[in-house]
Amino acid sequence: MILEGKVWLFGDNVDTDAIIPARYLSAVDPAELAAHCLEDVNPDFPRLVRPGDLVVAGKNFGCGSSREHAPLALKGAGVSCVVAQSFARIFYRNAINIGLPILECPANLAGSLAPGDILRVDLEQGLITAPRSGGRFQAVPFPPFMQEIIKSGGLIEYVRSRLNY
Amino acid sequence: MIEKILARGAGQKSVRPGELISVKVDLALGNDITAPVAIREFERLGVERVFDPEKIVLVPDHFTPNRDIAAAEQALALRRFAERYGIKHYFEVGRMGVEHALLPEQGLVWPGAVVIGADSHTCTYGAVGAFATGVGSTDLAAAMALGEAWFKVPETIRFEYRGVLPPFTGGKDLILYMIGRIGVEGARYRAMEFGGDTIGRLSMDGRLTMCNMAIEAGGKCGYMEPDEVTFDYLQGRVKHPYAAEFSDSDAAYERIFSFEVASLQPQVAFPPSPDNVRPVGEAKGIRIDQVVIGSCTNGRLEDLRAAAAVIKGRKVHPKVRLLVIPATQQIYRQAMAEGLLDIFIEAEAAVSTPTCGPCLGGHMGILARGEKALSTTNRNFVGRMGHPESEVFLCNPAVAAASAVAGEIIHPGEVA
Ligand code: SF4
Repeated sequence: MILEGKVWLFGDNVDTDAIIPARYLSAVDPAELAAHCLEDVNPDFPRLVRPGDLVVAGKNFGCGSSREHAPLALKGAGVSCVVAQSFARIFYRNAINIGLPILECPANLAGSLAPGDILRVDLEQGLITAPRSGGRFQAVPFPPFMQEIIKSGGLIEYVRSRLNY
Repeated sequence: MIEKILARGAGQKSVRPGELISVKVDLALGNDITAPVAIREFERLGVERVFDPEKIVLVPDHFTPNRDIAAAEQALALRRFAERYGIKHYFEVGRMGVEHALLPEQGLVWPGAVVIGADSHTCTYGAVGAFATGVGSTDLAAAMALGEAWFKVPETIRFEYRGVLPPFTGGKDLILYMIGRIGVEGARYRAMEFGGDTIGRLSMDGRLTMCNMAIEAGGKCGYMEPDEVTFDYLQGRVKHPYAAEFSDSDAAYERIFSFEVASLQPQVAFPPSPDNVRPVGEAKGIRIDQVVIGSCTNGRLEDLRAAAAVIKGRKVHPKVRLLVIPATQQIYRQAMAEGLLDIFIEAEAAVSTPTCGPCLGGHMGILARGEKALSTTNRNFVGRMGHPESEVFLCNPAVAAASAVAGEIIHPGEVA
């Protein structure tokens, strides 16, 4: 799958309270959560993010609480993929479990991008290209076990297929 | 230790770090924020029953007693699910507590148990020698159906503490110091094993505080080898048979950190991150508007005792609001029996029924723009306790109590 979209840049250690503040956690609807996604970090984000946009961040993206509301809010906002130098582990598994594509790319992508740049991501190959600057980056591909979950469409679908044996 | 527990759960002889395995879980936990999402996913699975109604724990603790209509609906979803599937360990308001204080107290976690919880501080139970880790709601849904969860076997980092703790320091300072040293991603994906003679002398409450904050260093779990202190604590609580795992003398650690504690000062984490840690002296004079003593980190009996000892016979500073929140009903009663609650109320603190409340900016003490709080909780990210322009400092209960009296952050020795 190839994804292409406008880039939103964030720094290191973007925590789950920043992605979706706890005060909004009485909602479970992705659209409702999306309305407040990342608003404490960048108030423009929930207003101006468009379906297909990508989030590019530094190290330890999604640290903090286990709330699945965080990847759900991003997915609800239409974010097609999150590329970060590294992810916090619960966020990482949550994103995979709900089917939000994420890529770990050790290179400092943010350094060679400007907000609003277009980024192209090849999920299968883990290849990331930035047409404006001509940058090419290689992300860490998913281990096969996780590919299986993603191929099934998320953990629930994966479990379902196992239950039907 | 962690590898042995996981190998047993996976039905394998051994496992290696990096290996992806599917493990049988002994306990799966959810709360009023994460379980409603899990329940929705569980229903999509179309199964008739949960894998084992005795191995699921549901605790409405975050926005309860219900803070608004939406929270009430979430709590209701939990209650309905518990009734429908005959969940044995559902803890209603009035019988509950903050989950990570409640489960050990109720004897629901034990050495060698595999515990997953849809809450990041599930890592707390490493203090009794369990493998316990936070997962997401979808993981919880799958576990409720299958009784299994997938894991990548973590590498282990060992933290050795040596020496005798100075007055007014405890588990909170030991862990804050270490988070300050290694950073919020210093133990990312790793198991954090705590040991050394300092830990051997540490109470169970102090140990729970330390493992609670493993996640603040990015850790997958905390772990302490069970000893006499552990077994005394478990005695009479845990009904489930258990066998403690002991590490091999040739255990492989990715890294070992050693720390001599004799001159440790009480530690304070400055906003906006739990690794922004400095000795309390460097925080001296910072004026605060609110002090919170409670949470799954420091809302246990020993914490309340430490705070009460400092505050006894004194009054909370006129410009400060002190909130004291015993973490469980049992702690609440015991604190009452010991006269601790009286000391707090006499000092003009607000004492509340158990709830997460202010810890996550849920209710019961939200901060306004520009306000500063000092709190015994575990996170101080931007907006954690209220307005995005409010700030949270983290510390131990004695520092919190002393500072509530002084109106500014202060070493408890200067008040006592
Ligand atoms: S007290 Fe705070 S950290 Fe602990 S479970 Fe509740 S919200 Fe989470």
